[in-house]
Amino acid sequence: MAKREIQEINAGSMADIAFLLLIFFLVTTTMDTDTGLIRRLPPPPDVDTPESNEVNKRNVFEVLVNANNQILAKGDYIQVTELRAKVKEFIKSDPNNPTLPEFKDEEIEGLGLFPVSKQIISLQNDNGTSYEMYIKVQNELVGAYNELRNEFAQQKFGKTYQELLQQAGASEKAEQQLDAVKKVYPQRISEAEPKKIGGAE
Amino acid sequence: MSKFRKNGKKSQPAVNTAALPDIVFMLLFFFMVTTTMRETTLKVENKIPFATEIEKLERKSLVSYIYIGKPTKEFQAVFGTAPRIQLNDAFKTKEDIFQFVEMERDERDEAERNLITWSLKVDQKTEMGIVTEVKQELRKANALKINYSTKKTDKIKN
Repeated sequence: MAKREIQEINAGSMADIAFLLLIFFLVTTTMDTDTGLIRRLPPPPDVDTPESNEVNKRNVFEVLVNANNQILAKGDYIQVTELRAKVKEFIKSDPNNPTLPEFKDEEIEGLGLFPVSKQIISLQNDNGTSYEMYIKVQNELVGAYNELRNEFAQQKFGKTYQELLQQAGASEKAEQQLDAVKKVYPQRISEAEPKKIGGAE
Repeated sequence: MSKFRKNGKKSQPAVNTAALPDIVFMLLFFFMVTTTMRETTLKVENKIPFATEIEKLERKSLVSYIYIGKPTKEFQAVFGTAPRIQLNDAFKTKEDIFQFVEMERDERDEAERNLITWSLKVDQKTEMGIVTEVKQELRKANALKINYSTKKTDKIKN
């Protein structure tokens, strides 16, 4: 018997099939990489030991947001876009200015004894505050810290804060520098228990 | 006289499409890899706000979601228009959060239980009252690492 020639499989429609699958995945894809503002809640209040929160008034920056989404920052009615600069000035502090936070010398690895300001940001919102405004305020507070850390990192180590964050996993030196930057400007945002500040209801 | 005279009409050669399947397959694999299928169907409106100082959530398997917002149109007849909490696939109340936290913890390995991030996906029009309540419940359940889910923007407006 004569050898039969093996016929080639017609691959012309392969592209069509692949297209079909492609379109299916295109449609079902949701490319939401999850991003957000990461925070830590304070641990649940201890019943046995009542909290002692005696803080010098000059160390506290109070931010109030009412039900009409208006912001009162340390006694001044301001817009959310003005908040960042104000918070930055407060966190940075100034040894010569008695209205800004006090300093406390702390031992920081790589920097030695370093004056760290005893700042605390206290955020209080009303039950009627919109979530959108709340996030904006949170964002500005975190932004202020990030900008200060960035400035400090550039001045001391010649790297941006972002670069330090990226390199921290790979190099020990960067990690130490990152720790130092974080210790110089520790993020202290305290959220008071919700109260009705006024406005709605 | 020239030897290279074109002889008459010249037919256009067809474009070679042999590589087309390869290209399409490449795209296909890209989308297959990047795709994350939605696990839950949203029953609440969920337009999350924008922020500039965002961080990426690293390990998806260690993230649990809590949705808060107005019920979508089809559920408004039954559940009204006040913001509700959605856990997994159902509407829940704040009292269920404690149990939800325990259940989510049970699903993970013991070593990773404390590393779970609780991602709050809250509609931007929601009022803070319900969000604060949820936060207090999370505190009670000792679920302290939270994330306010936001999208990236370059600048925030007033």
